[in-house]
Amino acid sequence: MIFFVLDKLLLVKNMRDLKYEKIANSHKAPEKKFQNALIAFFSGGFLGFLAEGIIEVLMWKFELSRMISATYMIVFFIFFASLFTALGFFDQWVAKFKCGLIIPITGFAHSMTSSSLDYRTEGPIYGIGSNMFKLAGSVILYGVLSAWFFGTIRYLIGVIG
Amino acid sequence: MLLLNSFLFCGAICMISQIILDHTKLTPGHITSLLVVLGAFLDSFDIYDKIIEIVGGGAQLPITSFGHSLVHAALKKAETNGLMGIFMGMFDLTATGITTAIVFSFLFTMLFRPKD
Repeated sequence: MIFFVLDKLLLVKNMRDLKYEKIANSHKAPEKKFQNALIAFFSGGFLGFLAEGIIEVLMWKFELSRMISATYMIVFFIFFASLFTALGFFDQWVAKFKCGLIIPITGFAHSMTSSSLDYRTEGPIYGIGSNMFKLAGSVILYGVLSAWFFGTIRYLIGVIG
Repeated sequence: MLLLNSFLFCGAICMISQIILDHTKLTPGHITSLLVVLGAFLDSFDIYDKIIEIVGGGAQLPITSFGHSLVHAALKKAETNGLMGIFMGMFDLTATGITTAIVFSFLFTMLFRPKD
């Protein structure tokens, strides 16, 4: 008898869960995947356009070589990404443009500045020092590991071949 | 022409990663790490250098170029110093990006109060 009642109760609960899920799903905001992709394309493309534009202006105005002006371009982007993150409105831009701002070098600078801002209250060593590379560390770690691996293979192929 | 190519290339990389982000459970951290590994892989067969020749600045802005310049600098040093050069020259080209990111993020952290 008791088992029967328990069973009944569980069934009701399961049905309630299912019903709840259905209602919750119907009220969820529809994910605009197509629109997100389009926004990422245009914002990322605009940043790439800006990068090439800065390089060409520097080459034309100051007669620098292409490599030096590319270095200045990267410094320019990192400077403004850090500054806007510290001023507080870069987070809203990232929420709006998503991958368009995360994938370019601005995302690297943004992750470093935001994590050091977040942990600033815990002091200069255990706050800023140990948390600055919290998100950017994975990029450096796997970049260096894969660069070492592929570079060694490439070098050995060059030596043998 | 380089300007248009930059727009298309950088936009395409951002769009592909946005599609991966939306359709799988990977986080932005996974995707940036994957792209760095992809850039390092492409450069070890001189493909990324050709992309930069065609595209220009638009190929140097995304995080793939970070992996590219790590391998590029390491191989350049390896030409003169042998296998040890890969360890010596790894950060030759990316040093600017990492140093400026560290300096500016520390300075701005000290200068501004976080908003919440």
